[in-house]
Amino acid sequence: MSRSRRDLVWIPTFAVLVAFAVPWPLWGVDRVVAGLPVWIWWHVAWLGLCTVLFSLFVRSGAWERGMGRQPGSKSESPLGGDRQ
Amino acid sequence: MTLGLSLGVVVGYLLFALAVGLVAYHVSEATAEDYYLANRSIGTVVLLFTTFATLLSAFTFFGGPNLAFAAGPEWLIVMGTLDGVLFAVLWYAIGYKQWLIGDRHGYVTLGEMLGDRFGSTGLRALVAGVSLLWLFPYVMLQQMGAGEALVGLTGGAVPYWGGAALVTAFMILYVVLAGMRGVAWTDTVQGLFMLSIVWIAAVWVVSAVGGVGAATGAMLDARPDFGNFGGGTYSVGFIVSTAITIAFGVTMFPQINQRFFVAKSGETLKRSFVLWPVLVLLLFLPAFMLGAWAVGMPVEVPEGANVLPVVLNEYTPAWFAALVIAGAMAAMMSSSDSMLLSGSSYFTRDVYRPVINADASERREAWIARIGVAVFALLAFVASLFRPGTLIEVGDTAFSGFALLALPVICALYWDRTTRTGMIAGVLVPQVAYLAVVLSAVVGTVPTLPRTVAGGWDVALGLMVLSAVLTVGVSLVTAPTAEGDASRFAVAGD
Repeated sequence: MSRSRRDLVWIPTFAVLVAFAVPWPLWGVDRVVAGLPVWIWWHVAWLGLCTVLFSLFVRSGAWERGMGRQPGSKSESPLGGDRQ
Repeated sequence: MTLGLSLGVVVGYLLFALAVGLVAYHVSEATAEDYYLANRSIGTVVLLFTTFATLLSAFTFFGGPNLAFAAGPEWLIVMGTLDGVLFAVLWYAIGYKQWLIGDRHGYVTLGEMLGDRFGSTGLRALVAGVSLLWLFPYVMLQQMGAGEALVGLTGGAVPYWGGAALVTAFMILYVVLAGMRGVAWTDTVQGLFMLSIVWIAAVWVVSAVGGVGAATGAMLDARPDFGNFGGGTYSVGFIVSTAITIAFGVTMFPQINQRFFVAKSGETLKRSFVLWPVLVLLLFLPAFMLGAWAVGMPVEVPEGANVLPVVLNEYTPAWFAALVIAGAMAAMMSSSDSMLLSGSSYFTRDVYRPVINADASERREAWIARIGVAVFALLAFVASLFRPGTLIEVGDTAFSGFALLALPVICALYWDRTTRTGMIAGVLVPQVAYLAVVLSAVVGTVPTLPRTVAGGWDVALGLMVLSAVLTVGVSLVTAPTAEGDASRFAVAGD
């Protein structure tokens, strides 16, 4: 039931992931790198980073703790998959 | 001859997709009720792709490349951010929470969940009604996209209304013949097909013009402003408000929101969440870059046509171009069918049965749903003939309308003190205001209210803030009603 204090760090992490998926620091930059504008590469790399961090979020158990649940607890209710 | 070939491929593929739907329907021996129950066992791949399938719309295939062609490749950033990152976070915050609640109480629609929590049939019907309202421009968008796609593919030989009518006919056929079952796996097959074919198309076109570097070089020669990030259409206000309204809007789409209830296990949601950013990028990158690169290609895009078919016609064989367009139209058709079907379940479960006729037989209910879908699609077709805006504008209107629901729903999910009156005020007032803004542009006799203010900031974003303020403020000054039960949304512990 107790939520790990360290999990709170995910809130700013998500905020940063969303905010800088847009390459704001490259506003107005027009360099072309490897055939594409450099800010497109930023975005591509950033979405890759998102998948890595999302996977960490899930595997660390913060996914369950964030909803006030114990990681590894059986998620299905007694009704199971056949709820009416 | 080429014209005949192109049309043959398009109609043939649509018939094939319809046949697949029919076979799936008969194999599954689905009843009206089974439509929901079967979906409750949805696994990772299917969940991922049925959700993905909602991206496979005219908004992505045609609207996105058109905007990239007209205004620059920044559209990739906007869509990637909102769909790949912000939507993924909301997938957790709204989706997982809804799944946990739905798992306890067996809800299948958003209206049902909220109606039960607040003990209010009125709120239930209101949420369903609002959802159906904004589904209308979204369906219309598919018809507009199909019409414009065939104009582009056939160089204008097939008129706009012809393409729109074709896709409408198939939508209705699909729903009436394949019935009330969402054939999730046809979405999956089509999702994989379109993902691969968009990449094949991109590789084909790029190698024909001499590689990625040459394509970008030609693009920059024609439009030097496409190289630098921002500027033109892409003001800070436009980027931020478009990303926020669409991402929140997507979570409230009937089909997407219903997916939050139907996953087999929480594991399914976790895996989909992790894979989402990469999957989204894989679709958007080739589709939107093709649109942007097209400005440097020696192609003439006819008035009212989509850019993607024109580019494919120029650089790939006619059969391949037709196949891509057919695949896109079939994907659009099947995803709008899933939308129409989810919409019809909102109508029958949350409006018809609780408000109009509680004693209707299941058979009657199924017929009401089918007739409703046909009428809805036909009305959207008529509206699509007036072409009230670009694909992006019409899509954005629908997404923003749904987005206004999101913050009150989040409030209800996470704040026990939310009251029924707070919810109704938070949903109703912004909807009425936004509807006034949208309709003022359509009705000629009243002055048109501005859709954006101060350089690209969408008024819908302001109305989202209003929806949150009203929900919280009115909840604070009203008492929870006796019929409400906050414990219904408790998920902690087991």
